[in-house]
Amino acid sequence: MMLDVKDLRVSFTRERLPPVEVVHGVSFSVARGEVLGIVGESGSGKSVISLTMIGLLPGTAQATGQVMFEGRDILRLPERDLCKLRGNRIGMIFQEPMTALNPAMRVGAQIAEGMILNKGLSRKAARAETLRLLDMVQISRASERIDSFPHEMSGGQRQRVGIAIALASNPDLLIADEPTTALDVTVQAEILNILDDLVTDLGISLILVSHDLGVIARIADRTLVMCQGEEMEQGATEDILRRPSHAYTRQLLDAMPRRARASLEEGA
Amino acid sequence: MRRLPKTLVLGGIITVIMIGAALLSRFWTPADPTGMNIMARLKAPGEVGLLGTDQIGRDVLSIIMSGAWTSLGIASTATLVGGGIGTVFGVMAAAKGGWVERLVMTFNGVLFAFPPILSAILLGALLGPGAVTSMVAIGVFMIPVFARVTRAAAIQIWARDYVKAARMAGKQDTLITLEHVLPNISAQLIVQLAIQTGLGILSEAGLSFLGMGVSPPTPSWGRMLSESQTYLSSAPHLVLAPGLAIAITVLGLNLLGDGLRDLTDPRRRQTT
Repeated sequence: MMLDVKDLRVSFTRERLPPVEVVHGVSFSVARGEVLGIVGESGSGKSVISLTMIGLLPGTAQATGQVMFEGRDILRLPERDLCKLRGNRIGMIFQEPMTALNPAMRVGAQIAEGMILNKGLSRKAARAETLRLLDMVQISRASERIDSFPHEMSGGQRQRVGIAIALASNPDLLIADEPTTALDVTVQAEILNILDDLVTDLGISLILVSHDLGVIARIADRTLVMCQGEEMEQGATEDILRRPSHAYTRQLLDAMPRRARASLEEGA
Repeated sequence: MRRLPKTLVLGGIITVIMIGAALLSRFWTPADPTGMNIMARLKAPGEVGLLGTDQIGRDVLSIIMSGAWTSLGIASTATLVGGGIGTVFGVMAAAKGGWVERLVMTFNGVLFAFPPILSAILLGALLGPGAVTSMVAIGVFMIPVFARVTRAAAIQIWARDYVKAARMAGKQDTLITLEHVLPNISAQLIVQLAIQTGLGILSEAGLSFLGMGVSPPTPSWGRMLSESQTYLSSAPHLVLAPGLAIAITVLGLNLLGDGLRDLTDPRRRQTT
């Protein structure tokens, strides 16, 4: 297994109050080239789990359990090794493309900074690599777009740039936290197709976090259903959609518009 | 070509004129700003010199020009140094959090408790009145102002996903602060710099008015106001000239700050 999470618990300390646990002993694993979907409503602990995977929890958070990435426990790695891991092996795609890009920096420079820092590429080589990545995430006229500021791009283009930034370090594991939530439906489909292609073409693993079962169903091989920090059920996406074993999963499916659900079940 | 914001143009013109007058006064003034002529005392504007003369016959325009050098020099130096220190404190508090943040903010709270006038009186007692006393008093007051503004703005930037992405890329706090935080709060800092320089000019005038500023015969707008109180009804130009000089300079700096914010913020840029 590339990633093996065992009994993960995350709690937040509060001033003059006892700590509050928001993730209660969740376990899951991700194999190489596999897509794991984590689905749940707001506050279910999905984003906290994804931040734990990359060691970017805020200082008030405390995580226990095991997060083994290729045999090393991320929760017990010294900050220096964690930095190296984040820079080279794990990439992250954020939810809101507007805040995921520095408005005062050209997009090309934002994609290239990781390569210059971690791979030691020259500026010229990093620019060439950036152009290749922009092509990969299907940004048209990449040679012109590379020098754009984020505000000069559409939401979909910005999210593509976000994916290119995550890919800049040639990661083995990509974590996408609600990557399509802020986008309209047609752009959502394009972004999911790009992610699907990346998994197939590059053989990377993907953790796709979403509140939308429809999004998860499109590309996830396996699905973990979360509610209020607890694992409800997990298994092959097809099984979860066709034969949900937990009442909460059935509620999630029932909450979908009837036609969307029908097409989902046909697809599954 | 991009059109410059009107506020920037207007503020820029006023500020350039004031800085120009201050610089020019180092080489030339219509008359000697310290030269007395009792025979020509309290002359109205136009009668003797463009802005008349004061109670001991000095040319008011020349004093205003030389006073611009004093006011702008003290206010901008104090704001730049104090603001610079405050900015460092602010970004440090935002980047480190925890006890560093608490320590910095408590220190700022203590500094903030002393208004510049009080600090100047305290420093005046230790160092004696003068330009350095004014600069230190105003500069110390600027530290907590800039630290608070910087910290508040920087904390918002640290919560942004692009900072998380930079940390993912393995960037250290100092580099993130320089490349991601400071460029994105520069608009707020520029506005603060302009506004606080304006406030610095007001503070310098206040200190001079109370006799804690530069010593005579160095010309100062605040001391002009103080000395001309007695002649308010008989020679109102003596009050109006420094009063308007202070008001116009502060207005110019505020407009300049607003205009620069519009120009430097990439989200406000209009491309044609």
